[in-house]
Amino acid sequence: MDIIQIVGLGLVATLLVLVLREQRPEMAMMVSLVAGAIILLLVVDRLVAAVQVITEMAVGAGINLTYLQTLLRIVGLAYLAEFGAQVCRDAGEGNIAARIEFAAKVIILVLAVPIIVAVMESILSLIP
Amino acid sequence: MDLLFKIAGIGIFISVLNIVLKQAEKQEQAQMLTLVGVVLVLLMVLQLISELFTSIKTIFNLF
Repeated sequence: MDIIQIVGLGLVATLLVLVLREQRPEMAMMVSLVAGAIILLLVVDRLVAAVQVITEMAVGAGINLTYLQTLLRIVGLAYLAEFGAQVCRDAGEGNIAARIEFAAKVIILVLAVPIIVAVMESILSLIP
Repeated sequence: MDLLFKIAGIGIFISVLNIVLKQAEKQEQAQMLTLVGVVLVLLMVLQLISELFTSIKTIFNLF
């Protein structure tokens, strides 16, 4: 029953943020950052099992593991970028949040280049 | 969970001390107190964030 814990934590954190925002906006931002990090840490353990199952399925299907690794990397990168961008946006810095998201997009594109190349090569090999 | 209450407590404590120092006409010290509080909380938050980053890094084997 992790969800009860998470909901309770979120409510308590929201209350604390509301109390602090008037006097100390920076402390309120820290509280919301910590709440987000704790919630992510609580859930992230569950992800291990899911990733393991996906890896086993890929091995069973005989898919090249480097592709799966790239995919997982992109998912992790997207989670991290989302987290950072959301914290910045909460603190009123939409500009920095947009830059973080842009950087994440660039890095994801670079990570995806080998897969794009592989797709292109397989298409080219089909053409007589 | 502990950390959350710790940070909120530090925030309330510092704002109370800030009011007292402002009443006593000690603006610079109030400013310093605010700065020290922010640094203190930042150090605490940094550990949690690094823990989160390392766990995500190991799960998705990023870099």
